[in-house]
Amino acid sequence: MSDTAVADTRRLNSKPQDLTDAYGPPSNFLEIDIFNPQTVGVGRARFTTYEVRMRTNLPIFKLKESCVRRRYSDFEWLKNELERDSKIVVPPLPGKALKRQLPFRGDEGIFEESFIEERRQGLEQFINKIAGHPLAQNERCLHMFLQEEAIDRNYVPGKGCALGHRCEAVH
Amino acid sequence: MSFFGFGQSVEVEILLNDAESRKRAEHKTEDGKKEKYFLFYDGETVSGKVSLSLKNPNKRLEHQGIKIEFIGQIELYYDRGNHHEFVSLVKDLARPGEITQSQAFDFEFTHVEKPYESYTGQNVKLRYFLRATISRRLNDVVKEMDIVVHTLSTYPELNSSIKMEVGIEDCLHIEFEYNKSKYHLKDVIVGKIYFLLVRIKIKHMEIDIIKRETTGTGPNVYHENDTIAKYEIMDGAPVRGESIPIRLFLAGYELTPTMRDINKKFSVRYYLNLVLIDEEERRYFKQQEVVLWRKGDIVRKSMSHQAAIASQRFEGTTSLGEVRTPGPLSDNNSRQ
Repeated sequence: MSDTAVADTRRLNSKPQDLTDAYGPPSNFLEIDIFNPQTVGVGRARFTTYEVRMRTNLPIFKLKESCVRRRYSDFEWLKNELERDSKIVVPPLPGKALKRQLPFRGDEGIFEESFIEERRQGLEQFINKIAGHPLAQNERCLHMFLQEEAIDRNYVPGKGCALGHRCEAVH
Repeated sequence: MSFFGFGQSVEVEILLNDAESRKRAEHKTEDGKKEKYFLFYDGETVSGKVSLSLKNPNKRLEHQGIKIEFIGQIELYYDRGNHHEFVSLVKDLARPGEITQSQAFDFEFTHVEKPYESYTGQNVKLRYFLRATISRRLNDVVKEMDIVVHTLSTYPELNSSIKMEVGIEDCLHIEFEYNKSKYHLKDVIVGKIYFLLVRIKIKHMEIDIIKRETTGTGPNVYHENDTIAKYEIMDGAPVRGESIPIRLFLAGYELTPTMRDINKKFSVRYYLNLVLIDEEERRYFKQQEVVLWRKGDIVRKSMSHQAAIASQRFEGTTSLGEVRTPGPLSDNNSRQ
């Protein structure tokens, strides 16, 4: 190498980018919305469900669009499964609001509109953070939560996509 | 480090013969301050004189001997009592007797071996110094003068580039390349990051320079990591096929040469850490060691010659927005 006083700072050669790659849709599209809260049941057996709508073009998800109904305890189930099986630091859920479930409150407790909205926002943040995590995407529980009609709590935990999906992922 | 004996009757100074011509280099002290010391290289002779001046010319100074030492030592902060001396030379200047008037004693340490570079780190210090000692019955008079030693290397024969494809299966594949694996302290890291697959939402990308100081041996190995630099190289979300250039000038950072297993006591190694951060603040990184070496100062070529070399680099490039018909390049090429 010649001993010149001025360093060679030219860029390294690189392949020119394919225009379809440059201007095509990005391959990291993942959006999950939580909306349309509905309170079902009567009296003490009431609970609120939220619609979890997912749109994506990530190949690891079997369905590119899905829409399921989930309640708060389903989110808790997902958090526990991930904390146990995956190595990720699971973000926090919005609070359990036990105080709101005590009797003799002046308001609607956990069915108060403002509380439901707060909770909805927290759940939306939670699920978006998780679903974008490459390690969480490996867990069967996440796919079941997002894309299957009902959560089978007796499922076999494991890595890999939802049951029945032909997966090309190599580990 | 130097101290005067309190209430001593004599002042001791160590003076170098080539103090006028010798270069001084900045070096960090243990408490973080920067001071200038005389710069020496391996094999150079250290010569000078020890000058004694009596504060009270009528008082005689009795002593048990005067000597000067040249010491190179490694000091581990967690083991201050034990200094590991790897160079220890001594010259006797005077036999036990009396000093009746101020005088100077010449000394010369010929072609002294200085195998390692001076280093002041988080947990270890390697220093070279001259120490003049007037031995006395009750307490010695000691004067120390630190010097700084730099170790020089030349361009390595083999300096391959670092090129690797890394990623997370099905989520992120990148190919990164750095033009060399060994860089001198005023060098430029030229590289690129090529995105093969991007299925995560990247927010930005940076390259960090990490210094790892390792002290101790066996079960008592202790690593100290220090991020010397953080340099953002990309802001925004890349897509497949994009190539991000890297140009990182090392001269702006406080770096030392890579030191491997110095006297079996410590090591200082440097790593480039490529970090990608996604929208959820998750960090994806790849660390790669680089070897740093110190180049000797060369005689500077004239400015016009340097300018001529620099302009050659940009021949063939044009700035965006200009429409050019192919043809011979004029002298009015715009620079990037």
